Amino acid sequence: MQKVKIDVRNLNLTIGKQQILKDVNVQIPDKKITVILGPSGCGKTTLLKSLNRLIDLYPEMKVTGSIMLDDIDILHTKEDITEIRKKMGLLSQRPYPLPMNIYKNITFGLRISGRRKKRNLMKRVEHYLKQANLWDELKDRLKDPASCLSIGQQQRLCLARGLAVDPEIILADEPTSALDPISSTAIEEKFLELKDYYTIVVVTHSLQQARRIADHVIFMYLGEVVEQGPAKEFFENPIEERTKAYLKGLFS
Amino acid sequence: MAKFKNIEEKIFIALMRLSTGIIVFALLLIVFSIIYKGLPSLSWEMLTQTPKGGFYFGKEGGILNAIIGSLYLSAGATLVAFVIGFPVALFMNVYLIKYKRFVQMVRFFLDLLWGVPSIVYGAFGFTLMIFFGMKTSLLAGIVTVSLFIIPIMVRAMDEVIKTVPIGLLEASYSLGATRSEAAYKIVLRQCFPGIITAILLSFGRAIGDAAAVLFTTGYTDHIPTSLGQPSATLPLSIFFQLGSPIAEVQNRAYASAVVLTIIILIISILSRYFSKRYEKHRINF
Amino acid sequence: MTISIILVILLPIFLATGLIIKSQPILSTNEFSSLLFSSEWKPLSGKFGLLTFIVSSLWVTFLSILIAAPICLLTAIYLTQYARRYLLRAMHPVIDILAGIPSVIYGVWGILVIVPFISNYLGPALGKETSGYTVLAGALVLAVMIIPFILNIMIEVLKTIPDALKEAALSLGATQWQTVKRVILKKAFPGLLSAVSLGISRAFGETIAVLMVVGNVTRIPSGVFEPGYPLPALIANNYGEMLSIPMYDSALMLSALVLFAVVLLFNLASRMAIARYEKLQ
Repeated sequence: MQKVKIDVRNLNLTIGKQQILKDVNVQIPDKKITVILGPSGCGKTTLLKSLNRLIDLYPEMKVTGSIMLDDIDILHTKEDITEIRKKMGLLSQRPYPLPMNIYKNITFGLRISGRRKKRNLMKRVEHYLKQANLWDELKDRLKDPASCLSIGQQQRLCLARGLAVDPEIILADEPTSALDPISSTAIEEKFLELKDYYTIVVVTHSLQQARRIADHVIFMYLGEVVEQGPAKEFFENPIEERTKAYLKGLFS
Repeated sequence: MAKFKNIEEKIFIALMRLSTGIIVFALLLIVFSIIYKGLPSLSWEMLTQTPKGGFYFGKEGGILNAIIGSLYLSAGATLVAFVIGFPVALFMNVYLIKYKRFVQMVRFFLDLLWGVPSIVYGAFGFTLMIFFGMKTSLLAGIVTVSLFIIPIMVRAMDEVIKTVPIGLLEASYSLGATRSEAAYKIVLRQCFPGIITAILLSFGRAIGDAAAVLFTTGYTDHIPTSLGQPSATLPLSIFFQLGSPIAEVQNRAYASAVVLTIIILIISILSRYFSKRYEKHRINF
Repeated sequence: MTISIILVILLPIFLATGLIIKSQPILSTNEFSSLLFSSEWKPLSGKFGLLTFIVSSLWVTFLSILIAAPICLLTAIYLTQYARRYLLRAMHPVIDILAGIPSVIYGVWGILVIVPFISNYLGPALGKETSGYTVLAGALVLAVMIIPFILNIMIEVLKTIPDALKEAALSLGATQWQTVKRVILKKAFPGLLSAVSLGISRAFGETIAVLMVVGNVTRIPSGVFEPGYPLPALIANNYGEMLSIPMYDSALMLSALVLFAVVLLFNLASRMAIARYEKLQ
């Protein structure tokens, strides 16, 4: 029985009168790639953003239920939420480099936690850029503004930046949808490498991408979890009718 | 370290709340102090009579000359600005929609013109007056003020008209409308409340401005009966009365200020009302 | 329709030309720089040094920005980043009404409230004896006048910052304040700076309200509790005598031209910067 890293129980989320997430119960396994799949508007991005409580930014969203991360209910905990957020790195649909140079982007998370020693920071920059396969390209350009990188490079930079705070989990919201095929493949391969060290949750609307990288699948439709399980079983022996229809491409 | 983070944030949040409060307080202070000081001196007589002999020494009369004068002036200027400005706004968004660069440039120019202080328009208007041999008159004032409010009128209408999506225009062309017909009938209908708001906004600016009329419209105790006569205006009436050493006259200045403030508040409320209606009734694409 | 467009486009050119023509007489007999940098203002003797008025204008303008800009920035951040949405909506009418109040009403308020405040409370508290008709009064009134203008632009600028950028910073463990300070303000900086710069050009040209409270004494002010005499006030106050003294009208038209040029340049620079900023987003 694999370890469950995040356990979501009875999660309900509403904006005004609209219910975005209906009674969501999912278990996200440790150190595996979990893909949240479903047509647009089904609530998958909202679910992802609840996991690190980014929904706090939107006070109109009302949430009930619990999200257990290592025995702490992050929805109701009294602990500092910024510490909890550091356990999870976020990769968005489009890269959002911070308005500073490459070096400062990577070290941002470290500097705001108070770590200032230049030598240590430099070591980390090298380490994480190497992890993202950017070190050779960028080692002489660390003081350049991050905005002058190509979009594929920016996304890898955001990945390096997120890894630099030593998270345990990586949350990715359609991370390759804005990228060209080569950069997309680079990100997917990186995830496959990283899953030995991190729990990865990827939101995607691409069935092909899910087939390529998923160990575990959660299929959502209109705010509900329709089916979830190990990837092999999901793709080969789906149980629900809606799942079968989706896999056949009857709706996307 | 965490503690420092929090203290800094708390201080700034307090400062932010204070700033927001200061702004609201300033508005309330302005409105209340004007009304408080001016209302006692406001009388029916003030509103319905022109200055009689000795008015400026504290005797009878009222500011009707200024009220009517201002209304004539602002209405005239708004009309002129509308007649000139509405076609420009339409032109930019219907005929010239293909020439995006040009339209951008025109918008840029208009924004620049918007920033020019009204006293510059006043000085220019004065120059024009002398050039054409006009005396200080309602006409000179209308010309000057309309120049001043044309950028405001055009840009405000432009903002409204540019939200009409090109699809609507195309639909009407395909139904056989010529460009003019499409322009006037359909665009006008769709944007009507927004256009009213633009007109109200311009009218409000026109009636409140003193610097543009200072050189050009003169001042008189009578209600003007033709465009060639000088005219009193509310802002100038406030200004001149305030400068008097006689307390009675100063109080009248405050009362006049109340009148002007109330006019502006009414215009403000009306334009909010119309833009709300705009939101409700327009078709959302 | 074509006539209208032509008129509108040519308007700034007409304005400039008209003013230049009227300024010609005085420019032909005096060096431009001597007019600009001399503080000798004796129209009856033919001396038209504008320095006194320019310095007064600078004092009043920059002091008003110093007061208004922080207030606007703090409020804009609060309304867009911290407060509930309904507060932003509720503030819109407040801002619009403040923006619509005519200049002369601000002047009346200045005389009613600000001038006595300075002469009866603020001055004595700081050991200064003053009539209240001071540079400080002008700056305070002006500050309130330009606040709605600057605030609106700042709110627009801050609203264009994508939520995803905030989310990215928060996910790295930043608090909301750290996100505002290190990420949002940095990203918005060009736009915010342009808002202030547009405010400066607006303040520079404001006439009536300032004129009513600033004292109008022809002397370079040596402190904020002294009276001042900004350039627009010069033009407004003396239009009556303009035609009776030789060259006087030309000098005032030159002042109007200088005012026009300064305001236009500031506006141009700010709006170009804003256009570039919007392109980058």
